[in-house]
Amino acid sequence: MSAAAVHSLWTTAATSPLKEQISKIDAPKIEYGQLSPTLIVIGAAVLGVLVEAFVPRKSRYYVQVFLAVVALAAAFAAVVGLAAGGDGTTKAHIAAMGAIAVDGPALFLQGVILLTGLVAIFTFAERRLDPEAHGNRVDSFAAQAASVPGSDSEKAAVKAGFTTTEVFPLALFAIGGMLVFPSANDLLTLFIALEVFSLPLYLLCAVARRKRLMSQEAAVKYFLLGAFASAFTLFGIALLYGYAGSVSYATIADVVDGSIQNIDPALADTMGNDALLLIGVAMVVMGLLFKVGAVPFHMWTPDVYQGAPTPVTGFMAAATKVAAFGALLRLLYVVLPGLRWDWRPVMWAIAIITMLGGAIVAITQTDIKRLLAYSSIAHAGFILAGVIATTPDGISAVLFYLGAYSFVTVGAFAVVTLVRDAGGEATHLSKWAGLGRRSPLVAAVFAVFLLAFAGIPLTSGFAGKFAVFKAAAEGGAGALVVVGVISSAIAAFFYIRVIVLMFFSEPKADGPTVAVPSPLTMTTIAVGVAVTVVLGLAPQYFLDLANQASVFVR
Amino acid sequence: MSFPLLTATAVLPAVGAIATAAVPAARRTAAKWLALLVSVATLVLAAVVLVRFEPGGDRYQLTESHSWIKDFGVRYELGVDGIAVALIALTALLIPFVILAGWHDADPQETGSSRWRPTQGFFALILGVEAMVIISFEATDVFLFYIFFEAMLIPMYFLIGGFGDRAHSGSDENAAAQRSYAAVKFLLYNLVGGLIMLAAVIGLYVVAGNFSLQEIAAARANGSLHMATSTERWLFLGFFFAFAVKAPLWPLHTWLPNAMGEATAPVAVLITAVVDKVGTFAMLRFCLQLFPEASKWATPVILVLALISIVYGALLAVGQRDIKRLVAYASISHFGFIVLGIFAMTSQGQSGATLYMVNHGISTAALMLVAGFLISRRGSRLIADYGGVQKVAPVLAGTFLIGGLATLSLPGLAPFVSEFLVLVGTFSRYPVIGIIATFGIVLAALYTLVLYQRTMTGPVKPEVSALPDLRVRELAVVVPLIAALIFLGVYPKPVTDLVNPAVKQTLSDVHKKDPKPAVEAAK
Repeated sequence: MSAAAVHSLWTTAATSPLKEQISKIDAPKIEYGQLSPTLIVIGAAVLGVLVEAFVPRKSRYYVQVFLAVVALAAAFAAVVGLAAGGDGTTKAHIAAMGAIAVDGPALFLQGVILLTGLVAIFTFAERRLDPEAHGNRVDSFAAQAASVPGSDSEKAAVKAGFTTTEVFPLALFAIGGMLVFPSANDLLTLFIALEVFSLPLYLLCAVARRKRLMSQEAAVKYFLLGAFASAFTLFGIALLYGYAGSVSYATIADVVDGSIQNIDPALADTMGNDALLLIGVAMVVMGLLFKVGAVPFHMWTPDVYQGAPTPVTGFMAAATKVAAFGALLRLLYVVLPGLRWDWRPVMWAIAIITMLGGAIVAITQTDIKRLLAYSSIAHAGFILAGVIATTPDGISAVLFYLGAYSFVTVGAFAVVTLVRDAGGEATHLSKWAGLGRRSPLVAAVFAVFLLAFAGIPLTSGFAGKFAVFKAAAEGGAGALVVVGVISSAIAAFFYIRVIVLMFFSEPKADGPTVAVPSPLTMTTIAVGVAVTVVLGLAPQYFLDLANQASVFVR
Repeated sequence: MSFPLLTATAVLPAVGAIATAAVPAARRTAAKWLALLVSVATLVLAAVVLVRFEPGGDRYQLTESHSWIKDFGVRYELGVDGIAVALIALTALLIPFVILAGWHDADPQETGSSRWRPTQGFFALILGVEAMVIISFEATDVFLFYIFFEAMLIPMYFLIGGFGDRAHSGSDENAAAQRSYAAVKFLLYNLVGGLIMLAAVIGLYVVAGNFSLQEIAAARANGSLHMATSTERWLFLGFFFAFAVKAPLWPLHTWLPNAMGEATAPVAVLITAVVDKVGTFAMLRFCLQLFPEASKWATPVILVLALISIVYGALLAVGQRDIKRLVAYASISHFGFIVLGIFAMTSQGQSGATLYMVNHGISTAALMLVAGFLISRRGSRLIADYGGVQKVAPVLAGTFLIGGLATLSLPGLAPFVSEFLVLVGTFSRYPVIGIIATFGIVLAALYTLVLYQRTMTGPVKPEVSALPDLRVRELAVVVPLIAALIFLGVYPKPVTDLVNPAVKQTLSDVHKKDPKPAVEAAK
């Protein structure tokens, strides 16, 4: 933009009626009740920071766990209350001056994020897996994240029995951001939510107790690539503002549809310029696809999943995906339905390469966490197939899939934390040989999760996969279903390979042992198995729920 | 509401499987008896189904219908026609013998680790497979059928991969690798078939809006549900592919010899005599009813594939050095006959094919289980390692011979009737194909008699000179099966009466009438 244009922008702004508007601006009206889930979680996170500052070190762990669990449970109760009061269906509306949508998809996904967050917090709090260090029970997190790995200060911190209890408020901040992300109703709120949940996650990735260098490397990679993605998103937002003269979803949608004709004189040069729209949309969507882990924006996934502390990986793999798909759905269905003939072919291509790419590369993996990372990429592709349907059925199928998938993921990573040898978690696949002979129950549970990932009937994975494929087929994307089915077959191969390894291979002499967890991790795994089986056998109730929740407010 | 007999028949073995798996590690024998008891009780329920079923009555009887997943248009709908009843009876009949024959197959080899309970797992998995097979014979909802068609792969996979034949050549590690290769091959072939069917199932839903076999078939018959020709053909191919893998039909058959060779003999029987029947059964029930026009369109190609299966399977059986792989290739040949009978689209052909499914189940079980007893005695699967067994163990050799003669369809034994019907049914419409298929019988005589000659006759090999004859448990397995073979060979009427009405209805679905006999037509 030339200097003259900037100048004229200023002058018009200064002399236009806008000046009067500024003087008349009202105090913002905030619907505290409708926003209570987010407010509770963020409030508890702030309290958690205060706890770090004022509560004695010995009792911090207990206070933090208590605070986090109570906050998540209370927020979930608030979501249920709102949904029961009809805020998700008949009374769906836009809250907080147009910044936040309170509707079915938002409440459904908030409920899923809160529940997965809750069971993931249990694995954060697990302190029985690692051997005691100097008589202190420790969790999966570094004694003192700030001390250099292998340094004297680290040793001193371990000896003193420090633990990184900051992880709890960090996780709460991340969950708070994730709650806003799928309900954000303007682009700025979207971006702020993105940063609020991303920054704590970068930190959480870096604080593993074991293999600290890998963990820090993962965090740096995640941060750098995440920063790029955020920058793309922000640039895209700026371009969209230039196109529509607003960051509000509803206004942009109107401009895309062509139903708004009054052009803001300040933006007369750019408004309605399709080049801005297309490039802007591409950049914002790119940022979201990065968070989702879709090919070709998936490069961070395997490294970060492998390096991060496993409880964090489980949490991140489940909750981030839910939040990011929620935001993507809202963007595509609320803002850009008028543009769907432009974005659908692109998303087709992305869905296809994501499904196939994730499944094919996963075959060669030798580390269980990397394998699950590639599997999560393939799953992102399956969910995208549902997103492309552009029908209410597509929305409800995606919602259902996200709910089913997130519990399987948290459960599977919780099982990974149990299989350990002297170096911590034994994540190399060769070490899992013969696990089924040593610990039939743990291996059987993991097999259930793998079968659900593979989409074998009678598990939640099958119901979810069927729902999205059905929606895609009805939405005219039959070819995607065929590709999906082919990549399911490829994916089945490596899930089965792990099962073969666990049950049909002879145990190795120096193989890992399965640690006996506290009731915390057991709860996480039990919830995972229960959800997997119930959603597999009797999904109707949850499909109804997803159906009722499948209308976006605009 | 009446007693849900069909549900009970499937739920009983499922509950039995869970109970068997839960038996404490030390009480292995109790687990075996429990499994046997459950399988016999299931047989009793299957007999009740057989008695309650009226061959001349409604097409689907003992029906049950409940809402299940409304959102997907899926109902829990069960119902049996004559074909299904015959196959449920076959399944329920064979499982007790499979359990009895595998009595010691899963005893732990090393004592020590107390938490690993292979015996309980083995018998629980067998019962689990039985439950899933029975419910897939009963399901009249396509989705319900699909779920169990797919889900039965998992217990089957663990049975093949987890409990291999102890008679193997080479090291233990090598055998374990081969076994897990066979299990993975089995699973991948069938999973790919199943997933392609899944795409077709979804396509069917998009076209028809529900999954009820009866509703869709009725809507197709009265013209209210129109399918574009190309749509119908694609959907048919999706379904048929899955069933052809399962059946298995050439060229999708290569998993079967591996799986049957590496699995224990009872598990091999479970694969070929029970699980594979779901594939041929589903061709009759789903392919012909849902996609009649496409079925007729594909008939020439399928007949040729069936013909290749018959001849190719038999030729390879002749060349086998491994007893169990020989039986596997013989089965491929026999499945070719079954598919031939189904797609000849004549009433003799389809009655013969259904009868063939039952008879092949019993005759293969007899041959394979006796072969398994023989192999477990000598510790080798190679034909060359045997010789002169009939002098050492005459009863074993005699029962083996009867099983073999049944496999080559000797008149007087059950398979003869069905093979004859299939050939007559094929000949009346496709004389050339009928003539070529007859060569399969000649080759069958070759591979069974040569097998018998090499293993049982001739000078007694030193390694087999001390082989004990059949024990009481083994006789209890073999004698009833042979009795059934002889009975159905002499008097097949009970089964044909059961099957014929259902076959007539299936034929009317595809708008086919039997061709007039040549003499009558000439008048």
